[in-house]
Amino acid sequence: MAIFLNADSKVIVQGMTGSEGMKHTQRMLKSGTDIVGGVNPRKAGTTVDFEGGVSVPVYGTVKEAIEATGANVSVIFVPAQFTKAAAVEAIDAEIPLAVVITEGVAVKDTAEFYNYAKDKGTTRIVGPNCPGLITPGVSNAGIIPADISGTGRIGLVSKSGTLTYQMMYELRDFGFSSAVGIGGDPIIGTTHIDCLEAFQNDPDTDAIVMIGEIGGDAEERAAAYIKDHVTKPVVGYVAGFTAPEGKTMGHAGAIVSGSSGTAQAKKEALEAAGVKVGKTPSETADLMREIMQGSAK
Amino acid sequence: MDLFEYQARDMFEKHGVPVLAGAVATTPEQARAAAEQIGPKSGGVTVVKAQVKTGGRGKAGGVKVTKSPDEAQAAAEAILGMDIKGHTVGTVMIAQGARIAEEYYFSILLDRANRTYLAMCSKEGGMEIEQLAVERPEALARIAVDPNTGIDAAKAQEIVDAAGFDEGDQAAIADVIQKLWTVYREEDATLVEVNPLVKTEDGEIVALDGKVTLDTNADFRHADHAALEDKAAADPLEAAAKEKDLNYVKLDGSVGIIGNGAGLVMSTLDVVAYAGEEFGGQKPANFLDIGGGASAEVMANGLHIILSDPQVKSVFVNVFGGITSCDAVANGIVGALDALGDEEDRPLVVRLDGNNVEEGRRILQERNHPLVTVEPTMDGAARRAAELAAGPAAS
Repeated sequence: MAIFLNADSKVIVQGMTGSEGMKHTQRMLKSGTDIVGGVNPRKAGTTVDFEGGVSVPVYGTVKEAIEATGANVSVIFVPAQFTKAAAVEAIDAEIPLAVVITEGVAVKDTAEFYNYAKDKGTTRIVGPNCPGLITPGVSNAGIIPADISGTGRIGLVSKSGTLTYQMMYELRDFGFSSAVGIGGDPIIGTTHIDCLEAFQNDPDTDAIVMIGEIGGDAEERAAAYIKDHVTKPVVGYVAGFTAPEGKTMGHAGAIVSGSSGTAQAKKEALEAAGVKVGKTPSETADLMREIMQGSAK
Repeated sequence: MDLFEYQARDMFEKHGVPVLAGAVATTPEQARAAAEQIGPKSGGVTVVKAQVKTGGRGKAGGVKVTKSPDEAQAAAEAILGMDIKGHTVGTVMIAQGARIAEEYYFSILLDRANRTYLAMCSKEGGMEIEQLAVERPEALARIAVDPNTGIDAAKAQEIVDAAGFDEGDQAAIADVIQKLWTVYREEDATLVEVNPLVKTEDGEIVALDGKVTLDTNADFRHADHAALEDKAAADPLEAAAKEKDLNYVKLDGSVGIIGNGAGLVMSTLDVVAYAGEEFGGQKPANFLDIGGGASAEVMANGLHIILSDPQVKSVFVNVFGGITSCDAVANGIVGALDALGDEEDRPLVVRLDGNNVEEGRRILQERNHPLVTVEPTMDGAARRAAELAAGPAAS
């Protein structure tokens, strides 16, 4: 089962023929992902050979790729200035899941393609500025290294790529049903809440790790959602307690503005919703370890 | 990127938003000359306004109404160099005087929660909007704006209706609101705020003070935006890092931090600050994210920046190799330290995990540099780095 990505996922890559696209398509293939095509109008009709003897056909448009292959996931690696056009193309083709890896997308572009997708109602957007998502051992749509952790019964949702990797590494002895990097931009397609809901409904997930960071109030809203809708145990981690006000900390969305968006407020909101919040990634992993060991007894 | 008021004013003017005449000055003499030019438009009256990217300048004495070029010069003399909430005033704007009948508020901003834009509008401008939002929320109209349809005539009408403007004023205000939307959309802003938006005694609607934040991710569409950057205010280390395309933020502590990925680096700062509590309150000296897939060169550049900070007493390199290869990180560390030679005496604590970690650790072990300590865990490494920053006395 897992969430959003499973054994039936047929993945195409928009921007596959670029250097990042090539590198990560190779990695996705290696981790068992069913990559059925690439999209590049200038290279339509050609194929690209990857290590392991896999030949991936290139299509001119997302629509053609879907018609030819039955693709239901697109991973987007195109440069930031072309990302909106690529996302709109995927949305127009009604692909069920579009994973936007690209960093540095103008927030206006994201606002426009996200709302376009929302109005159309046929495409879930993950990202932008995210590592994508993985259902270990089954499928990998994005850049999360597949060898960090195998399959298991923990669900993970995170604004941060490297903290996703760190947490998967710390809990590799338990493994993950799915891990979703939702991205650190001010506007993102799939939120903590979307993932919490999906994990709550996923019979393959027993417990959830939620990683947040400064900026906005997504964690506070997720806390309210957990209180009302999530019965599975959730542990949380929030990064950025020492971030100064008014400075963007790497991620475009990671900024404390005045008194809003602080790590302290997010931690308090999560704790008030009954979520155990770790002080460090390791302590957070330990909290989850206790839960998993408890449920195994 | 936040703009100065005068930059926002110029941007408004470019898009047809009604503004008053204004000119900038960096010396009292320039202020006088500007007042001589602009004063006659408003019966000799000009307003000399400190240009600082923070609120509360009026209360701090950074805004003065003057009635002659002499007064304008004197006002500029007093305001230039003034410290307003930690911002030193380097520029003043000399603006035409206005006979204000009423003060309103208008802004457009990102609504992160709803993933749309939000227009806020009030008949009660002039005061701090946060205060108005708390004290009289009913006086602040909040209208969602769809990014794809924006603020057209109908949406502008909806906003002025919701804010409760008199019917006679609605058309003129709605027109200005549509022009402000053009600024927001055309310039890739994430905030356009006018406070106050005024009605003059002649019944004209004018944007008297504006605040604009631009999305630097959209710079590829705006060749002219680079010139708006306030290079003088940038921290020299931040400027040097930017030149090397490094994502660096200067902080006040003693433990230099390098990591990969914004989330992991933020987390590293926190973990160092916790660990530092035990060692006389050692704190992180900076944020530096070398990003995914960083090469040895990027690592070396990062280390150079950090070691150029004299406040740094120890360095913590915290890398989880997802895409980044730990051997590249190790080579970067070794290369940078070799380039620095004997002059460098500050210790480095390195924690590597993930992609090619054995090779990375092997490289460090083989080089066996006297300044480098390899620690197996993030928490342990943070502790060690804080301890080293505190020096032998504290340990």
